[in-house]
Amino acid sequence: MANYSWPPMEKRRVIGKRISRLDGPEKAAGKAKYNSDVRPDGQLHGAILHSPHAHCRIKSIDTSAAKAISGVTSVRVVAGPGSEIQWANAEIAMVAARTEEIARDAVRAIKVEYEVLPHLVREDRLDRTGNRAKPSGEVVTGDPDAALKQSDVVHEGDYGIPVITHCCLEPHGSTVQWNGDKVEFWPSTQAISNVGGDLAKGIELAAGNVHSHMDYVGGGFGSKFQADVWGVQAARMSKESGGKPVKLFLERGPELTIAGVRPSVYAKVKIGASKDGTLTVWDSLSWMTGGYTGGGLNGDLFPYVYRNVPNRRINHTAVSTNSGGSRAWRAPNHPQVSYVTCAAMEDLAAKIGMDPLDMFMKNADFTVRPAVYRAQLTKAAEMIEWKKNWHPRGDKTGGAIKRGLGLAVGTWGGAGHPSECRSTIFADGTVELSLGSQDIGTGTRTIITQVAAETFGLPMSAIKLSIGDSTLPVSGASGGSTTVGGVSSSSRIAAINALGKLLEAVAPAMGVAADELEAVDGKIQQKGKPSNSMTWKQACSKLGVGKIQETGRNDPRNPQGLNTLGVGGVQMADVSVDIETGVVKINKVVAVQDCGLVINPKTAESQVFGGAIMGICAAIMEERVMDEMTGRCLNQDMEFYKLAGIGDIGEILVHMDITPDNDKRGVIGLGEPATIPTIACIANACANAIGVRVPTLPLTPRNVLNALAGRRMA
Amino acid sequence: MKAFEYANPTSLKDALGLLGSSWSDANVLAGGTDQISLMKDGIHAPKRVVNIKNIKELGGIKKAGSNLRIGATVTLDELAGNAMVRGEFPSLVAAARGVGSPQIMNMGTVGGDLCQRPRCWYFRNGFGLLAMKDGKSLVENGQNEFHAIFGGGPAKFVSASSLGPAFIALGAKVEIAGASGKRSVDAASFFKSPASNDDREIDLKPNEIVTGVLVPMAKTNDATYEVRVKEGLDWPYATASVSLKMKGSTVESARVVLGHVGPTPVVAEQAGSMLAGKSIDESTAAQAGEAAASGAQPLSGNAYKVQLVKTAVKRALLEAAKRA
Ligand SMILES: Cc1cc2nc3c(=O)[nH]c(=O)nc-3n(C[C@H](O)[C@H](O)[C@H](O)COP(=O)(O)OP(=O)(O)OC[C@H]3O[C@@H](n4cnc5c(N)ncnc54)[C@H](O)[C@@H]3O)c2cc1C
Repeated sequence: MANYSWPPMEKRRVIGKRISRLDGPEKAAGKAKYNSDVRPDGQLHGAILHSPHAHCRIKSIDTSAAKAISGVTSVRVVAGPGSEIQWANAEIAMVAARTEEIARDAVRAIKVEYEVLPHLVREDRLDRTGNRAKPSGEVVTGDPDAALKQSDVVHEGDYGIPVITHCCLEPHGSTVQWNGDKVEFWPSTQAISNVGGDLAKGIELAAGNVHSHMDYVGGGFGSKFQADVWGVQAARMSKESGGKPVKLFLERGPELTIAGVRPSVYAKVKIGASKDGTLTVWDSLSWMTGGYTGGGLNGDLFPYVYRNVPNRRINHTAVSTNSGGSRAWRAPNHPQVSYVTCAAMEDLAAKIGMDPLDMFMKNADFTVRPAVYRAQLTKAAEMIEWKKNWHPRGDKTGGAIKRGLGLAVGTWGGAGHPSECRSTIFADGTVELSLGSQDIGTGTRTIITQVAAETFGLPMSAIKLSIGDSTLPVSGASGGSTTVGGVSSSSRIAAINALGKLLEAVAPAMGVAADELEAVDGKIQQKGKPSNSMTWKQACSKLGVGKIQETGRNDPRNPQGLNTLGVGGVQMADVSVDIETGVVKINKVVAVQDCGLVINPKTAESQVFGGAIMGICAAIMEERVMDEMTGRCLNQDMEFYKLAGIGDIGEILVHMDITPDNDKRGVIGLGEPATIPTIACIANACANAIGVRVPTLPLTPRNVLNALAGRRMA
Repeated sequence: MKAFEYANPTSLKDALGLLGSSWSDANVLAGGTDQISLMKDGIHAPKRVVNIKNIKELGGIKKAGSNLRIGATVTLDELAGNAMVRGEFPSLVAAARGVGSPQIMNMGTVGGDLCQRPRCWYFRNGFGLLAMKDGKSLVENGQNEFHAIFGGGPAKFVSASSLGPAFIALGAKVEIAGASGKRSVDAASFFKSPASNDDREIDLKPNEIVTGVLVPMAKTNDATYEVRVKEGLDWPYATASVSLKMKGSTVESARVVLGHVGPTPVVAEQAGSMLAGKSIDESTAAQAGEAAASGAQPLSGNAYKVQLVKTAVKRALLEAAKRA
């Protein structure tokens, strides 16, 4: 069998190089067409009637006036009389029409009688959630009660991190054309190979009859794997409209409320240690909401990373609220549990009078990769000049601006998903790679092309890559940071297989066995005797009128050493807090990230920047504001749903752990781990600056000033 | 958005003729940075929209006697970049610059800033200006982090205008034209706290147009301090605009006006009067801040804004004093 392993570090010409993403110019110039830009001929516009109530029953629905409007081609009721609605903005009916305005007019013309029912939309106070709270049972290891009694120091603290929403720049939705027995599907998706099957199931059509295409997606972050009711109904409306394509994308308000949220976590924590800072016990009572179904967070993740603390008691409760449901959100669970854990650990260190850096180091043996964390803590501390800049809790210098440092840790899997790639070499020297993957903004196009260019010894410009189409070989969904491992491995294998065939074809002419040949710098040459060579073009011409077509597969059960999983990461933050206004400014975030073999340090760092920026948003401004009075989300817009802009993020420094040891492990995904520790390290830096813990995030003027004044939240 | 008729007059007279006796007849359109959102959200649904940007006499910044006249359609960017404004009224420059985003500063106008509707999330989500439900105030019983800590009346939103407090501190007058002629009102009385959902929060009738603002070119030292979280595309949490008439290093008279903390800009009388005869230092500025905040009545979730008022006043005063 061929040797698929990655070329040795020192021999790589394309892999490992800082190459700008191939689609950057297209995107920056506005030429890239997202599916929300696609406008097939005759396209109709869809609009949705959303529930104004958080909990209600539909008594009656009358669509006759909507149907009578000229230009309306389809009106579909999705929640008919008797249906119980469990969150505001849930879909009640959909309309397709010739123009967007007509579609909206028609939605307004639908008459619905609601029986309004009682709702619960807030979960921050567990004592007010009544029978909507479902405890998931106690998990105990060791003897937490005895440990709490015997520990030299015990810290008790409350921590909260609110629900935040998926807030993709390109909202959820698709354009669908159902004509005869064929469906053309242009979804905004993270799963181009599979999303058509999901649509087919929803519309009871043979899966093979759905053709999905997508070149670019404006953000998914875990929320765009399905066809969703919006895709299904757009298809049905297309059929009812004589097979014309129907475009149906969510508006901003629904996008923020029904297209997926990240669950909250609130926790009462007791954490103990001996005088020297060795952790002895973790005891937490936590609760959260992930919407009406409640769930979405695994309480057993506590304490995060430092899992092997000898004594542990976990009580976790899911609260069902009348609000839109959760969807995977970049590293599901992890940022929240990282916050609660790392905040409690820093608070404990402060109580002992210990530098938290020492505490995180000292207890590294309670993690599954002690050496990695120790090395990363050391590196991050050096980057942020911890020794020079850290001070015990509370900046004692004068003036209103207090500065502080904080740290936090993260961990993730990131093994490659199943992926199949087809590699074709044509007699004219052209090379094509095809796979049903998608570039969700991470640089997938770029890294596949790098792998192919490296393997064939060709410049990147010589590789033609096709992705984003369901007719291509099946490649996994982009979730769980699995894409880079999957597609780099399948394209490496496919390229080696194709190259092997080419070498066999030219071996006779070169007078040596195929395995004596290599592809380097646009040539096929004899190993150790480069003078015996021919150009790539000459070599390919030996194929006559034929072509070589080979496939390569990444099988997660046997990734052949090309990819693997399991990383740690450490981040540290330097913030300034104005204690007279409560405004928190980020000076610097440093991220040390271990991630195996790095195909492209530039796009890899870019992932870490993005992860850190999302963490900064959630740390200092982002929260979904639910209102018990109206049952509604009050900030379902980009005005009060605050996200950081370029001026708000400070400096971000990234250190990728590119070492021979890490490299040997193979490729590991990185999109998610990079966002995990950011929130916690910023929150810790704020506590270090102002001398008190701001228990509930985000670090807004209200939460910061309330903490400073000792005020409890209303 | 409801379909509407679009009118594009070039004279004030024509424009006034196109307005109606109720807000549902016609709305003025200046930069549209608020008006379009209001229409998209179904908060405003006028039959006619009257663009005023092509009316020459509504533009321009020039001296008019002892005043500087700022036309209603002057953009925030023009205002902040104007040499006379920069020389005389740094409090206006700071308020305009605070808006931050170049797009909004390029489109948004001075008249529009004064006439923009409140950002209250109950109002914008369709629950009305006073946001009452079943006889209860949604703001008082719900989520009020960004709401008023002054006012006392039924209105709990905050006035959105950042220019308003600065104009009031500078003793400016708002010029208004209507079918029956022109009038001008003190900037302070231009803002009103509405008593019903159908009232407006400004002294303007549906058939009137703000034509400009007259700012006295008195020798004062002014400054605006804004408490902001984001660098752009955001609103201040609280602001203070101050104007000091100095005699040497002592204050002869002072005006302190708070923004974004009440349904109208709030004139902090006590803070102004206590400064008379004093010089401004950390301690007097802080005392004025305390005085400004003394009448505050925070809601369940916005006690923190009291602190913001104190800080904004103190910092605005220290800034203005630097100019003395
Ligand atoms: C993201 C964002 C952030 C912002 N931040 C701030 C801020 O920090 N501080 C601040 O003060 N503002 C802020 N603004 C508001 C912005 O300054 C206003 O939207 C703008 O000034 C309005 O001017 P316009 O010309 O676009 O008004 P339009 O949108 O055209 O009109 C607004 C309203 O005023 C009426 N109107 C306009 N001109 C006149 C006139 N001459 N006579 C009578 N009625 C008139 C219109 O009928 C309408 O009701 C922000 C806006 C946005 C979108």
